[in-house]
Amino acid sequence: MNVPASAGVPILRLGDVLVTGLLNELDDKSAVAFTEELTARITSDRARGVLIDISRLEIVDSFVARTLMELTTMARLLGARVIVAGMRPPVAITLVELGLQLTGVETALNAEQGMAALGWHQSLQPSGGVLREFRTE
Amino acid sequence: MSSARSSDHASGLGTVVRDVAEAEGSTSVHQVRTEEDLLTVRHAVRAATVRAGFSIVDQTRVVTAASELARNAYIHGGGGTVTIDHLMARGTAGLRLTITDDGPGIADIGAALADGFTTGAGLGHGLGGARRLMNDFDVRSAPGQGTTVIATRWASR
Repeated sequence: MNVPASAGVPILRLGDVLVTGLLNELDDKSAVAFTEELTARITSDRARGVLIDISRLEIVDSFVARTLMELTTMARLLGARVIVAGMRPPVAITLVELGLQLTGVETALNAEQGMAALGWHQSLQPSGGVLREFRTE
Repeated sequence: MSSARSSDHASGLGTVVRDVAEAEGSTSVHQVRTEEDLLTVRHAVRAATVRAGFSIVDQTRVVTAASELARNAYIHGGGGTVTIDHLMARGTAGLRLTITDDGPGIADIGAALADGFTTGAGLGHGLGGARRLMNDFDVRSAPGQGTTVIATRWASR
C-alpha cells in the first residue's frame, strides 16, 4: 500500500465503501494527514461511500467540525458520499449550542445504520443464525 | 482596555459574587505553547469537571469551551495560559476557566463575539460559541495588550 503520511487511523475497504473513524486526540497535523490519506484512498480504491465513525469523540469543537465538513465536501467532489456516524448525545447538544450544525454532512445514529444508508445490510443466515454482511444491488 | 461581560441570570448564581468561594488548593495552571498542550488542557479540564461532579452534558460543554478558548490563545495569541479554579457557591460546585494570552488583542470584542467572525481558519464560532456554553463570560482585551477570557460554569441541579 502506498500511504505517504499516516494519521494513525485505519481506513478499511468493504466493497466500494471505505470505513474509518476519528480518534479523540485529533490535532491539526493528524487532521491534515487523515484528509490527504482519505482522499487518496477514495481515488485509488474507487470508493463511492465513506463511513466515518465518531463514537470515540468526547467533544467536537469547531476545529473538528470544520475537518468533518471539509472532508465531506472533498469526498463529494471526488464522487463519494460521506456518512458521519455515532455522535454521542452530549456532543450533539454541545454542537448546537456552539452554533454548529455540520451543514451538508450526512449523519447516522451508529455505524450499522450508516452502512445501511450506504447500501450494506445485516441479515440473519437461515442456518445457524450467523450474522453476515451482504451487498444489495 | 475594553471588555464584554455576559451572565446567565437564569441560575442567578453568577451575579452573587460575594457568596462565591474558591475551594482551597484547587487551582491549576496550564501552559498553551504547542498543539500537544491543547490536549493536555482538555484532559485537565475534563478531570476538573468530573471532580466537580458535573453531568456528562456539562462536562462536554466545559471541555468544548476550553478547547475553543485554548485554541484561540494558541492560534491568535501565540500561546498563553489556562487557569482552572474550583468554586463553591451556596452548595453548588462551579469551574472557572481563565485563558490569558499576550497576543495582538481584540480591537472590537463585540464583533469578535458575533457568529461568523473569523480572522483565522476556523468557523468563526469559537468565542461566541464558547460564551453560549458557559454561564458567565468575561472578555478583556485591547490592541497590543493581549486577551483574557474568564468563563464560569456551575453544575446544573
